[in-house]
Amino acid sequence: MLEHLELFFKSIFIDNMVFAVFLGMCSYLAVSKKVSTAVGLGAAVIFVLGVTVPLNWLLDKYLLQDGALVWLGPEYADYNLGFLSFILFIATIATMVQLVEIVVEKFSPSLYNSLGIFLPLIAVNCAILGGSLFMQTREIPNLGLALNYGVSSGIGWFLAILAIAAIREKIRYSNVPAPLRGLGITFIITGLMGIGFQSFGGMLTGDNEPPEPTEATTAKADSKEEEKEIKKEIEDEKRTVSYNDVINK
Amino acid sequence: MALLSKKDANLILDPLADNNPITIQVLGICSALAITAELKASVVMALSVLFVLGVGNVVISLLRNVIPSKIRIIVQLVVVATLVIIVDQVLKAFAYELSKTLSVFVGLIITNCIIMGRFEAFALGNGPWKSFLDGIGNALGYGVILVIVGFFRELLGSGTLFGIPVLGDPVTKTGLYSIGYENNGFMIIPPAALIVVGIIIWVQRSRNRTLIEEA
Repeated sequence: MLEHLELFFKSIFIDNMVFAVFLGMCSYLAVSKKVSTAVGLGAAVIFVLGVTVPLNWLLDKYLLQDGALVWLGPEYADYNLGFLSFILFIATIATMVQLVEIVVEKFSPSLYNSLGIFLPLIAVNCAILGGSLFMQTREIPNLGLALNYGVSSGIGWFLAILAIAAIREKIRYSNVPAPLRGLGITFIITGLMGIGFQSFGGMLTGDNEPPEPTEATTAKADSKEEEKEIKKEIEDEKRTVSYNDVINK
Repeated sequence: MALLSKKDANLILDPLADNNPITIQVLGICSALAITAELKASVVMALSVLFVLGVGNVVISLLRNVIPSKIRIIVQLVVVATLVIIVDQVLKAFAYELSKTLSVFVGLIITNCIIMGRFEAFALGNGPWKSFLDGIGNALGYGVILVIVGFFRELLGSGTLFGIPVLGDPVTKTGLYSIGYENNGFMIIPPAALIVVGIIIWVQRSRNRTLIEEA
């Protein structure tokens, strides 16, 4: 139970798909202009990640890993099909997305209308393939944890796109320098949010690992102070934005 | 250039600046940001994309009349995945350390939107030679941004370029460090890449005001 909780919070906050490893940035930037569409895409990502990561885990365990084919008989124990993982993972993802699209269209037209246009986008969303590849490199031990990892990474991505969409809706009222408008300011805000998310880094380490007095930690401490300042700035910004909003209304 | 007509040359030159895949078309950001803390990794990544996009564009362009349009996405994914497997295996064989640094990001070239974007937008409608030039051009445009970001992050963050110290030694205080210069640890952490790209966009759009977006 504890390891499930740990993985859950770790994948949402510490290894957040967008802020820690920059996966799914293309759709994150393209579809974050309005909160409602961002919610639709985010929900679709949670769903597809939750389906494909466990499936690819099974593929990895029983087909791709070194010696995974041993269930066919002892003479297959030496085979390592690891080099095929990219092509099999992406095939699974593309097929699943297609399948989900067909099923959803058949059984829930209303859900299809709100989710449907995003599904083809998702097949080439790096967050999905990235989820499976990280699942493989981090050697997640069992199917339950793989499902957990898929869903919680999806939730992390959902939170990120929701937050940026809300900020972008508000930032329209601010006076951004013209060359920075649109893409530029979105990059910089995402960077600042990423710095904020870095502060979750110490959340699960507790006091089991004594910090080593190296240059790296002192640098970290410095950057943490910076983070706090920046966070404060963001909060201040948010406050002034909502204040402006009230005035506009 | 006698080899290329003016139109062909534009296929290569346009993506380098005014139609840059990263800063203007907003494609392929994912891998661009995560691996740019070192210049070496950036260069290898740029070369890998150059290979995959150049060859992939030609293959798709040759197949363009045979692929049924309904399943074209899957065909494209298979072509990219095959090329990426080649790149991955070559890296693992000849540059194992580096392939560890790049970890899953080599695999993520498959879903790099630049590649699918160029297949869809160009290779499906043009001949192999033009597609090849377009692929090379876009991969170079992508590589330029990667190298710029990698250059600044490694220089300001660790004071090195390609792992060679260029600003002096921070421990024995030689070179720039003797007058009190410090490495900026902030540049090493991942979010700094976003801010550097944001600044590149800012500079580019200030110089060419036609690119400014409507709010």
